Amino acid sequence: MSTVALKPATMAQALTRALRDAMAADPAVHVMGEDVGTLGGVFRVTDGLAKEFGEDRCTDTPLAEAGILGTAVGMAMYGLRPVVEMQFDAFAYPAFEQLVSHVAKMRNRTRGKMPLPLTIRIPYGGGIGGVEHHSDSSEAYYMATPGLHVVTPATVADAYGLLRAAIASDDPVVFLEPKRLYWSKDSWNPDEPQTVEPIGRAVVRRTGRSATLITYGPSVPVCLEAAEAARAEGWDLEVVDLRSLVPFDDETVCASVRRTGRAVVVHESGGFGGPGGEIAARVTERCFHYLEAPVLRVAGFDVPYPPPMLERHHLPGVDRILDAVARLQWEAESR
Amino acid sequence: MTVMEQRGAYRPSPPPAWQPRTDPAPLLPDAEPHRVLGTEAAAKADPELLRRLYAQAVLGRRYNTQATALTKQGRLAVYPSSTGQEACEIAAALALQEQDWLFPSYRDTLAVVARGVDPVETLTLLRGDWHTGYDPYEHRVAPLSTPLATQLPHAVGLAHAARLKGDDVVALAMVGDGGTSEGDFHEALNFAAVWHAPVVFLVQNNGFAISVPLAKQTAAPSLAHKAVGYGMPGRLVDGNDAAAVHEVLTDAVRHAREGGGPTLVEAVTYRIDAHTNADDATRYRGAAEVEAWRDHDPVQLLERELTGRGLIGEDEIAAVREEAETMAARLRERMNQDPVLDPMDLFAHVYAEPTSQLREQQALLRAELEAEAEEGTAR
Repeated sequence: MSTVALKPATMAQALTRALRDAMAADPAVHVMGEDVGTLGGVFRVTDGLAKEFGEDRCTDTPLAEAGILGTAVGMAMYGLRPVVEMQFDAFAYPAFEQLVSHVAKMRNRTRGKMPLPLTIRIPYGGGIGGVEHHSDSSEAYYMATPGLHVVTPATVADAYGLLRAAIASDDPVVFLEPKRLYWSKDSWNPDEPQTVEPIGRAVVRRTGRSATLITYGPSVPVCLEAAEAARAEGWDLEVVDLRSLVPFDDETVCASVRRTGRAVVVHESGGFGGPGGEIAARVTERCFHYLEAPVLRVAGFDVPYPPPMLERHHLPGVDRILDAVARLQWEAESR
Repeated sequence: MTVMEQRGAYRPSPPPAWQPRTDPAPLLPDAEPHRVLGTEAAAKADPELLRRLYAQAVLGRRYNTQATALTKQGRLAVYPSSTGQEACEIAAALALQEQDWLFPSYRDTLAVVARGVDPVETLTLLRGDWHTGYDPYEHRVAPLSTPLATQLPHAVGLAHAARLKGDDVVALAMVGDGGTSEGDFHEALNFAAVWHAPVVFLVQNNGFAISVPLAKQTAAPSLAHKAVGYGMPGRLVDGNDAAAVHEVLTDAVRHAREGGGPTLVEAVTYRIDAHTNADDATRYRGAAEVEAWRDHDPVQLLERELTGRGLIGEDEIAAVREEAETMAARLRERMNQDPVLDPMDLFAHVYAEPTSQLREQQALLRAELEAEAEEGTAR
């Protein structure tokens, strides 16, 4: 038990701390990207790193995402452990070819001789009033690319633990940072030894027996809120935070669904071709005989990300989640 | 006046403090490609180097014809020949020191072989039994890159990392004329110049991107001129003149090694064969053009120089050709053996540790293979 009083810290602070600790622990770790040096990143996640470790370790690059990731590949080939920052979700697209054709495949194409220990940090998702191209949920693209790990934290502690694990991983990791949770606070003591979460493990954020909400990243707090609200309806909802989309933790997800017999997948990304389709299929294939109702999805609409003044209608909210829960073919006794 | 003309006429007046960041004059390429063979400069060339280049060029030509033949025999899935471009291929390999790195494109298997990589391992990609057949760290050769120009930023990053570590390493990255239109070409050159990275970019301008001629690829005065926009020197060289390419590349590598930063080298050459065996070059160019380039053949240029100046005798030429035949026979023999494949390798190197999903798929394939084997035994 800790004797130090826990102080509230933001997810952004935990990420900064993870980068700083990783850089201090391993001189091979290099942070690079647009505005990450002097400015400390547009979200200030790299704040102070250039000052502490020098500009060779925390480097402002030219404004070119394919170049940033492409040069990071070369640096990783030479034994460094680059941590690349893509400034926003939609600004990572120019780097897509490097990611798909090289980052994801290098270990495989060289029969394991040339692994690329690279972390690609991408702030993603909406809810911050960002104008066009600042709010995309791009995880489905990355999930569909074998060779990449795709992780996303929902809590301050996980932000630290998962980022440390991503940097320590010998595989490339797409690290998706839910930007509307950057300023979310949690009781987290940075002075205590921190847990480095293994990549690939989901966690039950809230136990319940009526139905399972399967979610990740920015939708985790929304689902927890929905679960609280559901109590008034007599539903006791379990919330599973995936944390890692690739590898996918079938075990934790299915154990929960087998307990509850009902499931709703919740994410901001569009539903058609989105992660929810894969998750619903996996759950159905594995838990069919336990299911009382089809697995439902609550997702963003299949529209280009809306302008800020309309985004609240797009993002899955508590009401839409509860409406989906209501459609899970309840009978009076099963509540 | 059209909109484009208006743009051309528009020149903002510089604020008082404005000055160019770099004097562009020393960065400009020469008006004519640099030549050594057949010029007075050849007299100053090291005869031993010329003989070495010749031997390598003869080997290279024979390697190209053998690989093309293997494709026709079904031993290679595809072969992008570098016949006519052997001078660039061998000079690229010979300009580097052992600790340096080569970043080849898919047409550069000859450079990879000249660097010391086993030819069968080099041709693995084109045979189709795996993607990269060699260990990149053994001879410091990056995997052959098929997505055009995407290997160039890798070269920059690797050279930059080596410089950060204080290591004496130069990276030489190879790309074609078509590849210079790719965004990665631009980004790599820009990063290299900004970081002052020890990189040499070798553009083999062989006249065509499959079928599209250079005139449809760029409006630049030359590809070497593009260097000036990035603040690095551009060098223009006769790409069929092995001595000239070797000299220009060696200078550029030395310049990079001494902390002078990157150089862009444009080697003007010609792709004698079609893009690959799957291409029909008669659809986009005439025989007369190809014949004209045959008169400027890289192997012949070396042979003429050496024989003309009495630096090589008939016996030595015969010995070089015999060595090439031996290499070809050995390559033929080895490539005619069926590679041993293990389908389970599909899952071996996707991640450091296979995911549970991959383990399930692995089990599925294993069961299929066992069923196949059982069926085979039953028959």
